[in-house]
Amino acid sequence: MNEIETKDLSLNDVKHLLRAQIYVGEGKLDMPIKAGTASDLMSDMLTGQNSDAVLLTGLCNVQVIRTSVIAGVVAVVLVRGKQPTQEIITQAREHGLPLLSTPFTMFTSCGRLFSKGLRGVEEKVPAATHAR
Amino acid sequence: MPALTKTFFIKARDFAKAGESSLQIQSILKSIGFTSDLIRRISICAYEAEMNVVMHGGNGELLLTVNPEDIVLDVNDDGPGIEDVELALREGYSTATPEYREMGFGAGMGLPNIKKNTDSLEIDSHNGRGVHLKMSFKVEDS
Ligand SMILES: Nc1ncnc2c1ncn2[C@@H]1O[C@H](COP(=O)(O)OP(=O)(O)OP(=O)(O)O)[C@@H](O)[C@H]1O
Ligand SMILES: [Mg+2]
Repeated sequence: MNEIETKDLSLNDVKHLLRAQIYVGEGKLDMPIKAGTASDLMSDMLTGQNSDAVLLTGLCNVQVIRTSVIAGVVAVVLVRGKQPTQEIITQAREHGLPLLSTPFTMFTSCGRLFSKGLRGVEEKVPAATHAR
Repeated sequence: MPALTKTFFIKARDFAKAGESSLQIQSILKSIGFTSDLIRRISICAYEAEMNVVMHGGNGELLLTVNPEDIVLDVNDDGPGIEDVELALREGYSTATPEYREMGFGAGMGLPNIKKNTDSLEIDSHNGRGVHLKMSFKVEDS
């Protein structure tokens, strides 16, 4: 297998690679994204080191925003073309959390970001500190 | 004398507000200026406990106490309580309804997450008389 070079993407790269619509975070497009994570389970997002990562999720409710803020996630992408409600957008804006929506499925979204160099959270954290 | 205490009220099944208290706690701790790892652990525990009260418990309250040497979260609710605490602490154990699972809850990871992120944890529950969680976090000099 050819190795894909690992690199940080910007929020703008994520937006383009996922052909995403952006609802919150227009002013933060040059923000670096250090890792990616994907989950449809809230408690999963709170396990492990998801801080500074972009979260891809099939969920579309206000709890996703609150869970992301608690977890320290830096941007949220709703997959499969899910449209956030006004309540979700307001909540994301309140917390300064960029919110996007992509027409791609979860699998395709992850693949597109991975193939451009973005990695999962496990490579962001040294193994020793990962346990906690 | 404790440096700071603050009480938050939690309403059962109020998903419009669920998690707000924990977000406030996170921002209070950030403004005091603890290490990001400590803030992360406390915020996660507060949130998991708050969501449990909203989903499984009754009405309740969350008390934040910031002492010089430790930070304590006391969470009480007047719901049905936990029948078997040891079982509830197991990864994957959940009584969440399909409705809650659809929202993304019910992995059965909340209490194990709390266990992992606290320096000490006490769970007190009597069937029919709610749950009391006492979670403590050591403040290490940075
Ligand atoms: N405050 C509470 N009152 C009554 N039962 C509770 C309470 N907190 C937890 N439980 C019980 O303990 C179980 C395990 O809780 P835990 O937080 O680990 O998982 P969960 O809430 O079901 O799912 P997750 O937290 O992963 O979304 C719950 O399913 C519920 O049966
Ligand atoms: Mg839970």
